[in-house]
Amino acid sequence: MTSDLHQQIADSLESALRDVASAGDTRALQVVVSAVQGKKGRLAELKALLGQVGDIEQRKELGRLIGDAQSRLAASITIREEQLKDREHGERVASEGMDLSEFIGEHQRGHAHIVTQAMTRLEDVFVGLGFEVAEGPEVELDFYNFEALNMPKSHPARSEFDTMFLEPGSPAQQPGSVLLRTHTSPVQIRLMQRQQPPIYAVMPGRVFRRDTPDATHMPVFHQIEGLVVDKGITFAHLAGTIEAFTKAFFGSDFTSRLRPSFFPFTEPSAEFDIRRAEGDWIELGGCGMVHPNVLRAGGIDPEEYTGFAFGFGIDRMAKERHQVADIREMYTNDLRFLRQFP
Amino acid sequence: MKILLSWLNELTESGVGFGDDVDRIGQQLTSLGLAVDGVERHGARVDGVVVAKVLRTEKHPDAAKVTRVWVDAGDGTERHVWCGATNMKAGDLVPLATLGTKMPDGREISRRGILGIDSEGMLCSGVELGIDEDSAGLKILPVSATLGENVFDALEVSPEVVFDLDVTRNRPDCYGHLGVARDLAAKWKVALRSASPSRREGKTPVGLSVDVRDERSCPSFSAIVIDGVRVTDSPEWVARRLRSAGMRSINNVVDVSNLVNLELNQPNHAYDLAKVGEGFIVRNARDGETVTTLDGVKRVLDGDLLICDGRDVPVGVAGIIGGLDSEVSATTTSLAVEIAHFEPQRIVGSASRLGLRTEASIRFERGVDPHGAERAFDRFVEVLSLTCPDLVVRRGVARQVADTLMPETRPVTVRRAEIQRVLGVDLEGGQIADLLGPIGFSVSGKGDELRVEIPSWRPDCAVEIDVIEEIARHYGYDELGKLVPKSPVYGRLTGAQLRRRTLRDVVLGLGLSETMPNPFLAPGDLESVGLKSQDALRLANPLVAEESILRTSLRPGMLKTIVYNQSHRVEGIRIFELGHVYPQGEGELPDEFESLCLMASGEDASAAVRWWTEISSALDIGAQLDQARAPLGYHPSRSATLSRGKILLGAVGEIDPRVLDLLGVQCRVACLELNASMICGESPRVPVAKSVSRFPSADFDLAFLAGAETTAASISRALKQATGSALDGLQIFDVYRGADLPSGSRSIGFRIRLRASDRTLTDDEVAEIRGRCIEAVAKVGGRLR
Repeated sequence: MTSDLHQQIADSLESALRDVASAGDTRALQVVVSAVQGKKGRLAELKALLGQVGDIEQRKELGRLIGDAQSRLAASITIREEQLKDREHGERVASEGMDLSEFIGEHQRGHAHIVTQAMTRLEDVFVGLGFEVAEGPEVELDFYNFEALNMPKSHPARSEFDTMFLEPGSPAQQPGSVLLRTHTSPVQIRLMQRQQPPIYAVMPGRVFRRDTPDATHMPVFHQIEGLVVDKGITFAHLAGTIEAFTKAFFGSDFTSRLRPSFFPFTEPSAEFDIRRAEGDWIELGGCGMVHPNVLRAGGIDPEEYTGFAFGFGIDRMAKERHQVADIREMYTNDLRFLRQFP
Repeated sequence: MKILLSWLNELTESGVGFGDDVDRIGQQLTSLGLAVDGVERHGARVDGVVVAKVLRTEKHPDAAKVTRVWVDAGDGTERHVWCGATNMKAGDLVPLATLGTKMPDGREISRRGILGIDSEGMLCSGVELGIDEDSAGLKILPVSATLGENVFDALEVSPEVVFDLDVTRNRPDCYGHLGVARDLAAKWKVALRSASPSRREGKTPVGLSVDVRDERSCPSFSAIVIDGVRVTDSPEWVARRLRSAGMRSINNVVDVSNLVNLELNQPNHAYDLAKVGEGFIVRNARDGETVTTLDGVKRVLDGDLLICDGRDVPVGVAGIIGGLDSEVSATTTSLAVEIAHFEPQRIVGSASRLGLRTEASIRFERGVDPHGAERAFDRFVEVLSLTCPDLVVRRGVARQVADTLMPETRPVTVRRAEIQRVLGVDLEGGQIADLLGPIGFSVSGKGDELRVEIPSWRPDCAVEIDVIEEIARHYGYDELGKLVPKSPVYGRLTGAQLRRRTLRDVVLGLGLSETMPNPFLAPGDLESVGLKSQDALRLANPLVAEESILRTSLRPGMLKTIVYNQSHRVEGIRIFELGHVYPQGEGELPDEFESLCLMASGEDASAAVRWWTEISSALDIGAQLDQARAPLGYHPSRSATLSRGKILLGAVGEIDPRVLDLLGVQCRVACLELNASMICGESPRVPVAKSVSRFPSADFDLAFLAGAETTAASISRALKQATGSALDGLQIFDVYRGADLPSGSRSIGFRIRLRASDRTLTDDEVAEIRGRCIEAVAKVGGRLR
């Protein structure tokens, strides 16, 4: 009986291994596996017969033989499974190839206007320097656009702003008192009236001048201004802030300078220029210490606080960054133009 | 403002000047606030150009436009040159640029021939040599010149450097060379030349009457009389100086007048005494009164300030331009020289009404030294004496001065502590005096409070901060240092600004590109897109009538953009704008707000609804979509308002086909408009996390047959109510219209997923909810298919 069992174990293993080897795909293998390894598999049946073997040593011996046979079978199944999976993967991969380049087409995402892009970058740099962003109306009162900025009614500098005025649209409006803001400076006054110092803010936005459009001028364009009002602010802080902005925005190889100029709303006033080391100076904008009359108009005591302000055009910055030949192109809204910029 | 370096040099003591480092002088001017827009060099010596004598000329039969000229340049050899000019004759002395000469325009003179005959040099005009502004042929040299001598030596031309300065409004004094020289000399630490010596007067009294009838506009009027004048050419240096400054040389008298103006910023006028009679009257023009001005134009006056002769005949428009009738001419022997002070605003008014800006009006508008007349008279006489050595100035000055109306500069108290507070530097009284003294401000007082006297030529300086700016200028902006302030403010965008960025980014992600159409509309633009214009503001002074209306909606600009792009055959027009609109309200300012408008050509209303779905989800905003009343200008049966309660948030749908027809747009245009100010200004709730259910869902589909009056939204609402808290997902998976369905109705398929958070729903529960769904939808007009 024992020798018979020996033979049966060997035969069962051999037959099972043959079945595994002949399984043609993973599904067939699965059928074979459940036949040879399941409770009704031949080896399991032989194992059940062991109870009838009286001699304990023989029983142990036969038990080990069945265990070995089961291990060999399991290993063979694993190997066969790997082989079949590999083959099937290879066949699948070979059959379902795609040319991905067929799917390269027009991108779907839209394009932000280059003025918006410039404005966003400027806002981000100033936020990083500790500034808030303030906004105000584009249709303004004479008071905020001129009078509060140290330009009373008869001030000669007013004529330089080429202002567009609105016809009164309601009984509340005086003729000549409502206009399209010529700079973003009115926001400074509104901000000061709203909030006591410390004020560290930039004011980006759309402004209007009665200029006939040409390659470098549009009647509608964009500016950004900055205003700082605090105790102990000096001219050196103005120069330092311009320098910090210059390096943060244009790059650390850039430097800035201030040179005397004139604006009714600042004193001392300056123009600021930037350049790359040893390059030519490029005029960027105007700045200065906030004129005491402007602080007063904003409801701030000039004997207690000092401040500085600066401002420059955004359109020109975008124009130069992208080497746009004619600024009018930026406003034709031709999609062929707009799509050039990501 | 053209400023000559030689002139600045001459204004320094003993003419020590500012050296010849033009770049450094330019930098100093810029650092003083006198920005150098450009530098021109006139009359720079050209080596190799020599005095030559024309021996004979001859035409060549085959060269009509040029002449053959033989010249002698003093070395005894006869040279042949081709010449395009015709103003020379045998015996004339002319400039010859010899072979190898580098001309001011960069070209080098070579043996370039015509018809195989070489030219041994080039005969030159004044323009070619850079010594004249305009030319009529060759420069004919004075007979005194020596053959072979360099032409620049022969003409005693010294090189001139001309700075083109951008003079700011607060520096009227720099409209004269003296003002610029004073600033530069202070920086350079050199002294200025003293004023001209006082003129000597004769025995005859001036004998002119002055009657100023509007003293407010003309607080000071003075005139002197000069006899023994001979009108002739100016000395070459005067003529050259004026030319370099951009003026023409007229005659010795007019040139002196201009020279004094350019030097001292003191407009003045010389009349032929014989033509002004016994005196001057200054009065306002009578309506319709005329005067022919020096430029030969007969001008009809209206409210301008006039200068008249003693017989009340206009001889000039005050502060702007003289009259032709009293012009100095060859027969003039006596002059009346007038210097007055005019109120700037009067001159601004006259100049703009006449449309005429002159060297005088520019200066009066900005501010002239009200006390500059005496010095200017002296300088006038000093320079005129060079050509009229026998002139005699009559005794006294005819004048009328209203002392109380004269502009005065008042002393200003300047606190040292304020200087430190604004500029950040602590300056001693002595340092301040050293900075201000050289530019004419005298400083007195010790300790913290200084008294600063303002010179009469600086009407712009009136308060402490004006003086502090002068201190900063002469201390040097660069010396004030650079410090970064420690901002106590946390730099950040507001919630609304962040939401606006999200909004723009979502729209870009939807595939729309940002445009910026003109916010100005033409009359009728609003009506043509189906809107009303009664709340639109008009510009009082538009550039053109087509841009005279301020937009109340972004739609007209967006539709114009679509039309423009279609006309340029651009495909797939998907655009948006985020910009202000300005409808008039009740207040002082319009009810301005930021609007967002999205449009796509060739897409229908469903695209616009999808945009809205994306935006409302990204910004977490809800709104009722109401198709009951179509918004103006939208497709009446393919549009809806978006609102929350009574608040209108926007509109969604397609543009009315009637509008599109009118604009010539052939395809549908999807459109979504939102009040961006409103939706960005909201603070959305912060969602509270809910754990997801571990239990399986129960899914089923229901298709309903619904007539046109039953909207998908109303069925959705009914389903939501019927399912209650068990609802885990609801979507429309199919809409079917077909001939097999009753006319006007469609089948809408909904996929419903139910799930409980605490258990597996039983089949009975699911069946009950399904029944409730069918019942609820039936109430809103949907029948289960």
